[in-house]
Amino acid sequence: MELSKLTALELGAAIHRGDVSIPQAAQAALDAIGAQGGALNCYLTVTGEQTLARAEQLQKGLKHARSPLYGVPMAWKDNICTKGVRTTCASRILGDFAPPYDATAVERLEAAGALSLGKLNMDEFAMGSTSETSCFGPVRNPWDLTRSPGGSSGGAAAAVAAGLGWYAVGSDTGGSIRQPAAYCGVTGIKPTYGTVSRYGLIAYASSLDQMGPLGRDAADCAAVLDLLQGRDRRDATSLDGDYGGLLSSLTGDVRGLSVGVPMECFGEGLDGEVRRAVLAAAEVLKGRGARVAELSFPVLKYAVPAYYIIASAEASSNLSRYDGVKYGWRAQDYDDLTDLYTKTRTQGFGLEAKRRILLGTFVLSSGYYDAYYKKALQVKAAIKAAFDRAFHQCDLLLTPVAPTTAPKLGENLGDPLNMYLSDIYTVSVNLAGLPGLSMPCGFDSKGMPIGAQLIGPHFGEGKLLNAAHAFQMDTDYHRQTPEGGERA
Amino acid sequence: MTWETVIGLETHVELATKTKIFCSCTTQFGGAPNTHCCPVCTGMPGALPVLNEKVLEFAVKAALALNCTVTRYSKFDRKNYFYPDLPKAYQISQLYLPIARDGRVEVDAPSGPCTVGIHELHMEEDAGKLVHDPWLDQTRADYNRCGVPLIEIVTQPDFRSADQVIAYLELLKETLQYLGVSDCKMQEGSLRCDVNLSVRPLGSEALGTRTEMKNLSSFKAIARAIDYEARRQIELIQEGKRVVQETRRWDENKDATYAMRSKENAQDYRYFPEPDLPPVQLSEDYVASLRAAQPELAAEKRARYQADYGLPSYHCQMITSDRILARFFEDLVALGTPPKQGANWIMGEVLGALSAKGMNPGDMKLSAATLARLIALVEEGRLNRNTAVKVFEAVFDDDGDVETYVRDHGLEQVRDTGLVEAAVARALEANPQSVTDFRSGKEKAFGFLVGQVMRELKGKADPKLVNELLHRVLQGS
Repeated sequence: MELSKLTALELGAAIHRGDVSIPQAAQAALDAIGAQGGALNCYLTVTGEQTLARAEQLQKGLKHARSPLYGVPMAWKDNICTKGVRTTCASRILGDFAPPYDATAVERLEAAGALSLGKLNMDEFAMGSTSETSCFGPVRNPWDLTRSPGGSSGGAAAAVAAGLGWYAVGSDTGGSIRQPAAYCGVTGIKPTYGTVSRYGLIAYASSLDQMGPLGRDAADCAAVLDLLQGRDRRDATSLDGDYGGLLSSLTGDVRGLSVGVPMECFGEGLDGEVRRAVLAAAEVLKGRGARVAELSFPVLKYAVPAYYIIASAEASSNLSRYDGVKYGWRAQDYDDLTDLYTKTRTQGFGLEAKRRILLGTFVLSSGYYDAYYKKALQVKAAIKAAFDRAFHQCDLLLTPVAPTTAPKLGENLGDPLNMYLSDIYTVSVNLAGLPGLSMPCGFDSKGMPIGAQLIGPHFGEGKLLNAAHAFQMDTDYHRQTPEGGERA
Repeated sequence: MTWETVIGLETHVELATKTKIFCSCTTQFGGAPNTHCCPVCTGMPGALPVLNEKVLEFAVKAALALNCTVTRYSKFDRKNYFYPDLPKAYQISQLYLPIARDGRVEVDAPSGPCTVGIHELHMEEDAGKLVHDPWLDQTRADYNRCGVPLIEIVTQPDFRSADQVIAYLELLKETLQYLGVSDCKMQEGSLRCDVNLSVRPLGSEALGTRTEMKNLSSFKAIARAIDYEARRQIELIQEGKRVVQETRRWDENKDATYAMRSKENAQDYRYFPEPDLPPVQLSEDYVASLRAAQPELAAEKRARYQADYGLPSYHCQMITSDRILARFFEDLVALGTPPKQGANWIMGEVLGALSAKGMNPGDMKLSAATLARLIALVEEGRLNRNTAVKVFEAVFDDDGDVETYVRDHGLEQVRDTGLVEAAVARALEANPQSVTDFRSGKEKAFGFLVGQVMRELKGKADPKLVNELLHRVLQGS
């Protein structure tokens, strides 16, 4: 059996049946990482021995397993705390920080028998759209090693696309799951804010951060999300809800579903090939009985500036704790306390993190707060209201994930503003706290994957996943694997 | 020119919850460094705060007692600054929407009564402690205090003298102790006070430039710092100089204040709403239920003791000065002790014993039940007052059993009329001169004879019965 061709659920079923053992699957994944991981630079930590030991243990408990993902090897973005395993946020400043606790998400998945292979590369503190701001070097796109896998969960998307793990858990603050999923041809979902505990997710922008799965198809994402979601008393922003049952409700039936297409998302700045592929996706859904209608979403143009103000403001505060005093990395040769702070933070953070800390510090400064931060909160409220109105007209929205396919490495590094603008279709979803899904919907003429985004109302994950599942029943973009990206 | 001093206070009070404001670590004072912490209160990456509901309850109770308007929708904000005792590099506090506003309290100061407006009351977390080791030239951080819950109570600039400030603080302390929301121990830092002070010509409406004084660790220090700072400001103005708006530090050893930082160097705390905590929304029912459950405060108790029990005001003052003592008194009354008797015993024996042993009412083992039993024995005539005091001393330390002690030491009062009559007869027979003296009008002789009867009965006789029988015999024969 060629394990790498299987989805996470298919591998889970094979494990249940006894067709393949968990240690076999783990070894296959570790071998693949050994062979390809270096070129892609998607793993920062591979827990080899620990993974194999746990695989043996899980195999022993197989007969009591209930989860369809029991024993399936996966990996975590490196901003998610894993007890005793180095968690770096791809930043020098965290040094060899090994959290003394697991994130709630880790506890939940491990309780269901998840088998972690290790930790995935990312943009430093999830700040970036290309996974190039990592202090451990850029991640490469398995479809074209000269291109970026997107970011900030670039390691997660690249690993799943290249078959170095059957699924991954990433985080999404402004598109960090959806955009790399699109660039790498995998499926990813950012859930409704408050449905996945943030306890143990190292904060970038607390009011926008949310963890979610990246997988090979919508069904895999549904299965992971069924495990991830749930109220957590350790996260005061976590919500009560009617969780679970996402996987079991995937019927592919979208008859009568109304899909809104916001015209503002298909105008200037959007690559022609991307536009055609995304609009073609609407036709596929139509073919299965969905209704598609255009609508207007004018407030979209304020989303990027509002996002960068709010996210940077929160980040400037969240990242202040990295000062060299308590844990992580500390600069050498300082004269006094201020010098310790200055040197540690100057040397410990990369350029993009420093840029956002400065930006956030500025917008919160006395005299500027009202002009920037308060205005941005008003925009946030207006965007929320606009989405509420849109969801009176339709069940879901369909948009591109990004204006283009994956850029060349280095292309955006010197032009942060251009990089920020490429987040145009994803950031408003975080500002409104909504669920957003990214699914492969074609390839451009260079052979790079194109992603389509589905946006739903609060707690609309079921609708999103079912629509994506329906799309994937009629298409095979999600089954394509990168050329030369041999799987285990 | 006559000058007027204008003072406003910012008081930080540590709440007496068992656990911290955003995690379940203990709030216990002391402990080896960094043993009362967890990932949440030390601000480890990925850890999140969750509000302790008890903190909210205590803050609302305090707000209600200070006659504040409780905000039905309040929020937490982050106050950002770098310092090694603040592991997250921000303090979670409330700036934009504090839990309570617009309160007022009536203060009875020696210089006269005054009304103090409460500008606001908000919840926040305490920071850690830095300990400098001069020997190793190292500074070490102890995060045990991080996340201990505080309320900050900000008054209007309504004080005109140090004695009003002290009277307010005493009332505040007493009130919060009565509510059980804080122990207000200044020496452990659970009540800390910053003083904002300015001066102006008497009659002027405009406020002068104010300074803020910190590091005031006792009521005495506060009073002295106020007097010093008012004098300093007046002298500056009289010399034609101007008062600089700044933060000043009180140096207790030198009896003077020193500039710490001026307004120009004031830190920009970059406050913004805390995204990790949802807004605090309080229902009318919640506030109403806390209002209904508010305990009787000291002033109310004093009035009631005077009205219902006719206790002298000094007794009321003393008994209510401590919540535990007042509770002890009320327990005595509930157990059937006549209020005046109970008050007398507290004022005399109880306070005497506490002060002799250097104890607080809270340290006392003696239960109200024991003292009530002892007083009852006296009331029933089974023990005389002097003997009872001896019993009190014997049972005070360990809350011993009164009945057992009385029985084991044979202290019960002799009330057998036959025995007392016999003793009277013997005393009269042995002291004929005294009998003659009494009959010739020397009243003093009567006392001597009582003493002789008591001696016959080893001091255990009921003095009333002795009096009665002695009178009957002397006058009857």
